[in-house]
Amino acid sequence: MKTTLKRVVQIAVLSLSVALLLGAQGDARFQTLGHRLMCKCGCNQILLECNHVGCTMSDGMRNELSAGIERGDSDSLVMQAFVQKYGPTVEAAPTSEGFGKVAWITPYVVLILGIVMVWALVRAWRNRPEPAFADGVRPIRGADLDHFREQVRSETEL
Amino acid sequence: MAHIGSFALLLALGLSSYCFLAGLASFFLRDDLGERIGESSRRAGIAAFFAVTVGALTLVTAAFSNNFAIEYVREHSNIALPLPYKFAVLWSGQEGSLLFWAWILSTYALVLRLRHRTDIRLFAHASVILAAVQTFFFLIVVFAAPPFAVASGPMVADGNGLNPLLQYPEMVAHPPMLYLGYVGFTVPFAFALGALIMRYPGEKWIHITRRWTMVTWCFLSIGVSLGAHWAYNVLGWGGYWGWDPVENASILPWFTGTAFLHSVMMQEKRGMLKIWNVWLIFSTFLLSILGTFLTRSGVVSSVHAFAQSSIGTWFVIFMAVILTVCLFFFVKNRSHLQSEHKLESLVSRESSFLFNNLLFVALCFTVLWGTLFPVLSDWIQGHKVTVGPPFFNKVAVPSTMLLLMLTALGPLLPWRSASLDAVKRNFLWPSVGALLVAVVLVIGGVRPWQDQSYFYALMTWALATLVTLTVAFEFVRGGRVIASKTGQNMLAAMVQLTRRNTRRYGGYIVHFGIALLLIGVAGAAFNQEKEQEMGNGDHMQIGTYDVVCRSYTQDDNPNYASESAILDVYQNGKQIDTLYPARLVFKASNQPNTRPYLHSTLKEDLYSVYEGQNEQTGKPILKIHVNPLVNWIWIGVIIVILGTVLAMIPNALPVRVAVAAAVEAVPVGAGD
Repeated sequence: MKTTLKRVVQIAVLSLSVALLLGAQGDARFQTLGHRLMCKCGCNQILLECNHVGCTMSDGMRNELSAGIERGDSDSLVMQAFVQKYGPTVEAAPTSEGFGKVAWITPYVVLILGIVMVWALVRAWRNRPEPAFADGVRPIRGADLDHFREQVRSETEL
Repeated sequence: MAHIGSFALLLALGLSSYCFLAGLASFFLRDDLGERIGESSRRAGIAAFFAVTVGALTLVTAAFSNNFAIEYVREHSNIALPLPYKFAVLWSGQEGSLLFWAWILSTYALVLRLRHRTDIRLFAHASVILAAVQTFFFLIVVFAAPPFAVASGPMVADGNGLNPLLQYPEMVAHPPMLYLGYVGFTVPFAFALGALIMRYPGEKWIHITRRWTMVTWCFLSIGVSLGAHWAYNVLGWGGYWGWDPVENASILPWFTGTAFLHSVMMQEKRGMLKIWNVWLIFSTFLLSILGTFLTRSGVVSSVHAFAQSSIGTWFVIFMAVILTVCLFFFVKNRSHLQSEHKLESLVSRESSFLFNNLLFVALCFTVLWGTLFPVLSDWIQGHKVTVGPPFFNKVAVPSTMLLLMLTALGPLLPWRSASLDAVKRNFLWPSVGALLVAVVLVIGGVRPWQDQSYFYALMTWALATLVTLTVAFEFVRGGRVIASKTGQNMLAAMVQLTRRNTRRYGGYIVHFGIALLLIGVAGAAFNQEKEQEMGNGDHMQIGTYDVVCRSYTQDDNPNYASESAILDVYQNGKQIDTLYPARLVFKASNQPNTRPYLHSTLKEDLYSVYEGQNEQTGKPILKIHVNPLVNWIWIGVIIVILGTVLAMIPNALPVRVAVAAAVEAVPVGAGD
C-alpha cells in the first residue's frame, strides 16, 4: 500500500514536472516562433510586437500559433502552415533554402572578400619600392625610427 | 494664399535655374564678363533662398490659419491641433516635406554663397552644383508634388488632422534634424565634385569638405537618435530600432559618412586614398537620395513611408544623372586624384583606417542588401520575401564586433609604423580590464554558452570596456605630460590637452559615446516581456517587479479622448512608482494610438503598454517589458554629440615644452 502510494506520488510529481516543462517549452517556442513571423495587417511589425489597437490580424495569428504549438507541430510545420495561409512574406527573414540562402550568405561573403582585399592591398602598398629622394636624404625606418620614437616618448612622455 | 505660395516656388525654380545656367556659363566666358555673370548667378542663388522661404512660411501660415482650401493643409492639419504641431504640418506629408527639403537645401546653399570669399572659384563650382540639386527639388515641388494644390470638392469645416504618431514633442525636432543631415550631405558632395571638375590644386577642399561633413554627420546622428527615442516612447512595441526600410535608409549615409570622417585623415596626413574619399562622398550623397527615393516611391513597404506616388521616377532619373556626371568627371580627371600609396608597416594607423573603412562599407552594404532584397526577390522569384529584424540582428553583428575592436585598437596605433612593444604597453591594461569585466559578468550570471545573443552581449560589453579604457588611458597619458610640465592638476591638464587638439580628443569622446551606446544595445539580449489581462487589483510579476492594477481612468480634450491604466509598481515589497499607460483616440482622424509609460533607471526600463480591451472578456490587456540598460543608449548618444561638437571647435594654441636634448620642442597634444 505504502509502495503504491509512493509510486502514485512519484508519477504525479513526474507528470506535473513534464507538464510544467512542456508548458515552459511551449511558451518559449511561442516567443521564438512569434518573433520569426510578421503580422499581416500591413503594419510591417513582428507578430508578437504588433501593438495596433484594433488590429484585425494579430490576435487571430497568435491564436493559430498557440494552436499549432499545442497540437505538437514541429517548428517547421508551424511555419509552413503560416506560409501556406499568408504567403512567404509572413516569415520575418528569408529562409535558408533556395534563393533565400543568397540573402544570408552574401553579407558574409562580401565581408570576407573585403577583408582579403584590404589585407592584400595593405601588403601590396607595404611592398612598394621606396620613392627616390633627392640630395641623398634617407627616410628613417625600422630600428632607427623606433629609437627616435622612444626618445620622443621618454622626453615628452607622449 | 495658395497663389502666393505657388508663385514663390515658381520664382525659386526660376532663380535656381538661372543660378545653375549662369554659373555654368561663367566658367566658359572671358574673365570680366565671366566674373559678372558668376556674381549674378551667386545672387540669384541667394534670392532663391528668400523665395522658397516665402513658400515654406506660406504653408505654415496656412496651417496656423486653418486654411483648408489647400489640399495639403486639409489632409495634415485640423483646428484642434496644438500649436507646436502646426509647424510639424510642414514635414508631415509628401509635398510639404519636399518643400521643407528644398528650403533646408537653400539655407545650406545660402551659407555657402555668403562665404564665397573663402575660395571664390571653388565656392562658385560648389554653388553651381548645389543650384542643380536645388533646381531638381524645385521642379518636384512645382510640378510633381505641389504643396499648394487647391482642394477639390466642397469646403470642409475641419481638416483630417496630423498623423497621431507624429503628435509627440520629439516629432517637432526629429524630422528637421534628420533632414539637416540628409540634405547637408549635398554640400560636401558639391565641394568634392567641384574640386574634381576644376582639378582643384592642393588639399584645401578636403578640409572644407570634412568640416561640412562633420556638421552634417552630427545632425544626422541627432536625427536618427531622436527617431529611435521617439519610436521607443511612442510606438509602444518596446523597442527603438525595428530595421524598417525607412530607418535603414537613414543609417546608410551615416555609415559612409562615418567612413569618410576616418579616411579623410589618411588624405590629410599622408595624401592617400584620394579616389576612395571622393567616391565615399559621392556615395554618401547618392545614398541620402536613395533613402528619399525608398521613402517616397513605394518600392519597399514601410510604416514610415509616404503615400505611393509617381515621384519615384523623378528620383531614379536624378540619381542616374548624378551618377553619370560623377563617373564622367572621375574618368576625365582621375589623374588629378593620383596619390602615393606606400605603407611602411602592416601594423599602423593607416592599416587600421583601411579596415575601419571596409567594415563601415560592409555594414552599409549589408543594410542596403537586406533593404533591397525583397525587391530583388520579387524580380527573380516573382514574389517578395520579408527581410526583418531577425536577418539584420544576425548579419550586422560580426562587422559591428570587429568595428568595436578596431575602435579600441586604432587610436593606439601611430601613423606610418607601430612598434609592437608600444602597442603591447598601451594595450595591456585595457585588455586586462576588459577580461576582468567579462569574468565578473560570467560570475554574475551571464551565460554566453546558453544562447548566441548572450555571447554577443558579453563580447560587446567586454569590447566596450576595452574602448572605454583605451580612451581613458589616452586622456590620462596626455594629461600627465601636461600636468608635469605646467604644474596643473590632472583634471585641468586633461581639459587643456583636449583644447589643444579638439579633433583628436573629441573623436575619442565620440568613441566612448559609441561604446556606451552599444552597451545599451547589448542589453536587449536580456529583455523580458509579459502580456496579461488585468482587472482592478490584479498582479503581474515580471523580473523583480510586482505590477498591480489600481484602476482605469478616462479623459477627453478637443484633440483626443484617452483611456489610461493606473498601475502601481512594487519592488521588494515597496512601492517605487505609478505608471499611466494610455490609449488615445484622435478625433479628427478617428485613429487610435497607444502611449507607453516608463519607469526608467540606469539599470533597466519598466515599459508598460495599455493594449486595449479583450473583445470577448471586456478586460483590459496590458503588456509590460523589462528592457535592461536602454538609458545608456541615450547617454551614449549625448556623449557622441558632445564629442562631435568638441571636435568641430578650433584648437587652442599648443603648449611649447622645452626639452634639454637635441630634439626640437614638441607641441603637446598636437597631431592625430
